[in-house]
Amino acid sequence: MTDAPDAAAPRPAPESAPGEEQSVGQRSSHDKDLFGRDSASVAEGDGPESAPRAGDAVLEEDGSPSRSDVVDADSHTVAAGAGEVSVENPAAQQPDAGESDPASVAGDTAAPEDDAARRRDDPKPAVPPLTDDSDTVAEPSRAAPSASRSAARHPLEVRERLLTLGSAISLLRDYQWPQLPFRSPIRGPWLTSVFGAVLLASLPIVIITGLLSWIAYGPRFGQAMPGHVGWLHLPVFDWPTRPSWLYRLTQGVHVGLGLILIPWVLAKLWSVIPKFFQLPPVRSPAQAVERISLLTLVGGILFEIATGVLNIQYDYIFGFSFYTAHYWGAWVFISGFVVHVAVKLPTMLRSLRSRSFRSVLGTNRAHTVAEARDETGLVAAHPGPATISRRGAIGLVAGGSLFAAILTIGETTGGFLRRTAILLPRGRSYGNGPTDFQINRTAAAAGLTPDQYSDGWQLKLTGGANRLSLSRPQLLAMEQHTVDLPIACVEGWSTVQTWTGVRLRDLAAAVGVQHMESARVKSFERFGAFTSVQFTADQMLHPDSLLALRVNGVDLTLDHGFPARIMMPAIPGVHTTKWVETIKFRES
Amino acid sequence: MRRFARFYGAHPLHLLTMMCCFALWLSVIVVAGPQTFINTHVWWQSIAVWFIGAAVLHDMLLFPLYALADLSLRTGLRAMRGLPISRRTAVPIVNYVRLPVLGTGLTFLMFFPGIIKQGAFFYHNATGMTQDPFLHRWLLLVAAMFGTSALAYALRLALHARRTRTHLAPRTTHQPQPPVSTSASPTASIVPDSE
Repeated sequence: MTDAPDAAAPRPAPESAPGEEQSVGQRSSHDKDLFGRDSASVAEGDGPESAPRAGDAVLEEDGSPSRSDVVDADSHTVAAGAGEVSVENPAAQQPDAGESDPASVAGDTAAPEDDAARRRDDPKPAVPPLTDDSDTVAEPSRAAPSASRSAARHPLEVRERLLTLGSAISLLRDYQWPQLPFRSPIRGPWLTSVFGAVLLASLPIVIITGLLSWIAYGPRFGQAMPGHVGWLHLPVFDWPTRPSWLYRLTQGVHVGLGLILIPWVLAKLWSVIPKFFQLPPVRSPAQAVERISLLTLVGGILFEIATGVLNIQYDYIFGFSFYTAHYWGAWVFISGFVVHVAVKLPTMLRSLRSRSFRSVLGTNRAHTVAEARDETGLVAAHPGPATISRRGAIGLVAGGSLFAAILTIGETTGGFLRRTAILLPRGRSYGNGPTDFQINRTAAAAGLTPDQYSDGWQLKLTGGANRLSLSRPQLLAMEQHTVDLPIACVEGWSTVQTWTGVRLRDLAAAVGVQHMESARVKSFERFGAFTSVQFTADQMLHPDSLLALRVNGVDLTLDHGFPARIMMPAIPGVHTTKWVETIKFRES
Repeated sequence: MRRFARFYGAHPLHLLTMMCCFALWLSVIVVAGPQTFINTHVWWQSIAVWFIGAAVLHDMLLFPLYALADLSLRTGLRAMRGLPISRRTAVPIVNYVRLPVLGTGLTFLMFFPGIIKQGAFFYHNATGMTQDPFLHRWLLLVAAMFGTSALAYALRLALHARRTRTHLAPRTTHQPQPPVSTSASPTASIVPDSE
């Protein structure tokens, strides 16, 4: 792609004026990038400084025939839909190469109205609001470009100028950097703001439901993972037992929404990618600092998506603890997300107001033109003709999102929709029998041996000094309670079944427990990360909390926890302990 | 303050906000301990490597790849112009190719562990099943996406041909309309937007 038609056609700068004016304009607008005070001055920037611009435009019109003419003569589908990167031609980067190709691709190929619009939209040199009332402050930075260019020929002067960090920065800033060949005409602050607004509205939900899951695991008993998080958690409370579908909802939303947002995240990143490749990479200390914060934002969201997507499909190739990684990754992401919103919210709101959504919905591809170039730096310098309208692009992303939703939502809802999750582990059917529902970890994986679950199995209860052992027939002889409860996994899937068994509070009473403080349930499985789980008194005493013995009218199968398993409202699936061996009640 | 803003390149508030961000993620490192994020035995299984790697892979590999693919598609279509085979391309086909390709890419990105059977051991442990069906299912889904797109494009072409005929004088032969070369042409504007 080295010879991409518009690769690096820097504006010719026979005299320093155009270059100077341009660089000052860029820098000063960057100054105000964040708090958006310069939009007015950008629009109004006029007067003597804009004269060189007009000269540029003339050069474009009268530009000698160039390779771009040949390549794009009949171009109709040239426009960058996805943008493209190319290695710049170093020869074309000479700042003073007066004989470099003056013609620009877009100038030759864009429809006439595009061309006119673009010329109209060329960034006017903005006077930095913070400095515009002070000549003494503004003077040095304006003088810098021409001075630095002549200084380049006198090494001693260069050294002198480098004495201060500020002038080093202005040297970098005023170098005539080539324009990157991003040409999609729909890229711009408005589209980015639409994608940003969708993510701003939805990502906090993903974040909060994720942090709630940490609480659902029971940090009070040291069961939340990771265990030591300092103050980096939501205010801890005892996870409620009502409604019974609470965890099913929060975790289903967390995983489902996270997956559904992937197209939006990718689209948002596409829309701002020119900023990643921008030249110079850094124009000011502010930008350097901000780019580091953006690593936490972009790295954070992609890391969370990657680990989440792998984890729900049992692909543990990452090798580290998923819980640890996903939790800390989330906090690093939050740090980037919060400051990004704080810094960019004004820009987003301003951009969204810049055109009405309805007008975008009414604009087809043929009439889609680039936005005015502004201080955000997102709009292509030489936009090509549109290959897709803005409404088309938004529709494409929304459609991708809907597509992802169809392919994932069945994991959580179960029932008929489960078949639509054709590519996910929990979209599959085990059959139509009463125990043919989703298995989480097989008996084989838990390392059970027949002697553990044979007729000799007994449930051992401990309450204070009292002990009681109950065989399965004895348990079945007690009062049975039947209830519909979900298994809701941290992986986002869930399944609701009808469970029958003994109420846990009846077992507590049987062993003589009066004032329960908590209880610990232990499984006889040999392998597993959740061999023993502690529950609050609230959870144990809930009328629907069961030691389940049967499901859907038949005995549990071994894979579903035979001889007995815990079923409780609103708890994470990994806590519905299978193959229960002991229950130890703790009294207050 | 102006001096600061000139040197720093933004309002001091910007720096304060950024410092908040850095303090927060430094606190993450302090609370979790730096060793949490580094795996000294297998370097690429470090959390830090994955964190930075995720951003690098997207920006330096995934984006260039799909940008290159899109550029190839567009230049390829342009190169085909004038060949006899493309006489009927009055309706731009580019988005009818992009759509199923994007769908294929998205589904692969989201569900590749099942498709390429990565993590088979843990999958079997967790579900008692194998990942065998996923590749087959995914290929059928891809086939459906491309098929639907082809069908939609064929319909668009037919619709366009019919409209062109009705808009021209009835004496016109059944020759299809020559390709529209500029987006501003009236023929293009009567065709509803394709995306």
